[in-house]
Amino acid sequence: MAAPFDLNDDSVVVIIGTGAGGGVLANELAQKGISVVALEAGGRYLPEDYVNDEWESFGQLAWLDPRTTSGDWRVAKDFSGLPAWIVKAVGGTTTHWAGASIRFQDHEWKAKTNYGDVQGANLLDWPIDAAEMAPWYEKAETKLGVTRTGDRAGLPGNNNFKVFEAGAKALGYGEVHTGRMAINSADYDDRMACQQTGFCFQGCKWGAKWSAAYTDIPRGEATGNLEVREKAHAARILHDDAGKVTGVEYFDADGNLQMQKARIVAVAGNSFESPRLLLNSASSMFPDGLANSSGQVGRNYMRHLTGSVYAIFDKPVKMWRGTTMAGIVQDEARHDPSRGFVGGYELETLSLGLPFMAAFLDPGAWGREFTTALDHYENMAGMWIVGEDMPQETNRVTLNMDVKDQFGLPVANVHYSDHPNDKAMRAHAYKQGMAMYDAVGATRSMPTPPYPSTHNLGTNRMSENPRDGVVNRWGQSHDVSNLFVSDGSQFTTGAAENPTLTIVALAIRQADHIASEMSRGNL
Amino acid sequence: MTRTQTPRGMTRRELLSRGVTAGASFVVGAGYLTAKDAAWATEMDALKPETMATLVQMARDIYPHDQVPDENYVVAVKGYDDPQRVDFVEAGIESLNAAARGKGYGSYLDVLWEKDRVDLLRGMEDSEFFQTVRGGLVTGLYNQKAVWPIFGYEGESYTQGGYITRGFDDISWI
Repeated sequence: MAAPFDLNDDSVVVIIGTGAGGGVLANELAQKGISVVALEAGGRYLPEDYVNDEWESFGQLAWLDPRTTSGDWRVAKDFSGLPAWIVKAVGGTTTHWAGASIRFQDHEWKAKTNYGDVQGANLLDWPIDAAEMAPWYEKAETKLGVTRTGDRAGLPGNNNFKVFEAGAKALGYGEVHTGRMAINSADYDDRMACQQTGFCFQGCKWGAKWSAAYTDIPRGEATGNLEVREKAHAARILHDDAGKVTGVEYFDADGNLQMQKARIVAVAGNSFESPRLLLNSASSMFPDGLANSSGQVGRNYMRHLTGSVYAIFDKPVKMWRGTTMAGIVQDEARHDPSRGFVGGYELETLSLGLPFMAAFLDPGAWGREFTTALDHYENMAGMWIVGEDMPQETNRVTLNMDVKDQFGLPVANVHYSDHPNDKAMRAHAYKQGMAMYDAVGATRSMPTPPYPSTHNLGTNRMSENPRDGVVNRWGQSHDVSNLFVSDGSQFTTGAAENPTLTIVALAIRQADHIASEMSRGNL
Repeated sequence: MTRTQTPRGMTRRELLSRGVTAGASFVVGAGYLTAKDAAWATEMDALKPETMATLVQMARDIYPHDQVPDENYVVAVKGYDDPQRVDFVEAGIESLNAAARGKGYGSYLDVLWEKDRVDLLRGMEDSEFFQTVRGGLVTGLYNQKAVWPIFGYEGESYTQGGYITRGFDDISWI
């Protein structure tokens, strides 16, 4: 039967969310001839719809449904209702992401083994490793058209990169380049080359940056095997007496409760909504939430330690021109405990427009100390810190029973406090980033605190032993065999790298596994 | 402590709409901005003219940019000239004036040095009124397209084909 599918069709795979995980899984399954219904809470926006204006675009794309926050992270104070800057739309946060596409380092798959016991951290080895993932990474790089992989050239460096690169070289860093980016340096896969327009975070109007919204999603739909239901907000996953999932209740675009039957359900709503949905799906058989016999659903929330460094020079930089994330330093990504922390971090250029710089440079600050920095906006260069943060059981997504969303469902409360290792790494990264800029003549540099999170990871983590996590090596629930997790919430640890490439690689691999298990009659 | 959707948290979305509202007011009320000194008296809908003048000074003291003219600060706070918010704003400005009187000045506007005005603002930094005004300015001031060129910011470039041939890598001093 071809899409659209009937609500009572129990042969379909239902995927919740259409971002880097769900969107890719949906297309990969559809290409294999498997019927898929994808439920997407947001609407559909394509390059012609994207708005190159920071606040207007934020209103168009950002997930603004209520969430609450707690813990000692500064986001809970400055942006208490907005723990994450992620997208509610077909294609999910692949519309917003910067495009950085780097593989985990080998040692990062085995953080527990390589970092040892870190007090207060709930470290665990992934049940998979670099060798197993290598072919899937290659498929992901080919799909996304990642620069500096295969025979694809790197992007040219913009002004912000040139300052960054000169600073890196002055400090003796050797691994500095314009990054491995899912942004075309030449026409590729029916998408044009980057025009150095800026506004990568607001959706690429040229389609030069890979997004599931205009690649995997329409290609999956073109097979006739994929139906994407927009503005369909999943409310609860249902199961039978045997403990198998049987369908998904969701609110449709008109706010009416519907139920789509399913053969398999894959959850890919990001690291807040995925555990929220599992917890909201509690039943008499699963009183602590679906797939939660380990008690780990919602726990071990990671967000990369992040932070930014902005610096002012005595001459113009115009950092907003061109690719938002235009280059990387990888020298500090290694694991080297002599620096006073385990794991490592990447430094990547970043720029914000004037409106967002005012909001994020030092949230809450005012007076001349703040405004004299903005006065020299044209002379600013900027970078972002992406480092591995420690999984902690107490950093977690829970249901806030006191706050309900527009459908009457308890919202996610996101609790996060820095681990001492996170603080030590961030302090080191600030120092190095500021030193880079100082080395090339910065007259002032500023350690900017973390923004609302874009890398949200770990709340349904993968584990070898069902006692330690929520899903197995395939992203399959330890407890419920026809329930999968397909987004960043399955990350066992966060590594230092931007997560999208790994999410995509895992989704391609998971699609292969699901198809093979279906054909064997195991699913 | 679990934080629920506090007024500050909500402010982000409110501010977005307020920025748009303020921009619209600017178009409608552009005429009065040319007469800098006496303008408030004829153009206010709800607030007392001296209240608006004090609010504009307060806005400049919170986010002082000497190269940005008054009209942009007026636009940034014009949304408070609203019958529904008048009590909140008049009370807030009165508390600021009361603080000034406590230091021996006639009113906030009679405090001549910026440093002394800022001291008064620091004293009320945690109040809902101050935080509402400050938070509102983040979008009300910096999201005005009219101020962007003052800071050198160029805004969108898509309609001009991006910067691929227009200087994305034109830095010469590095």
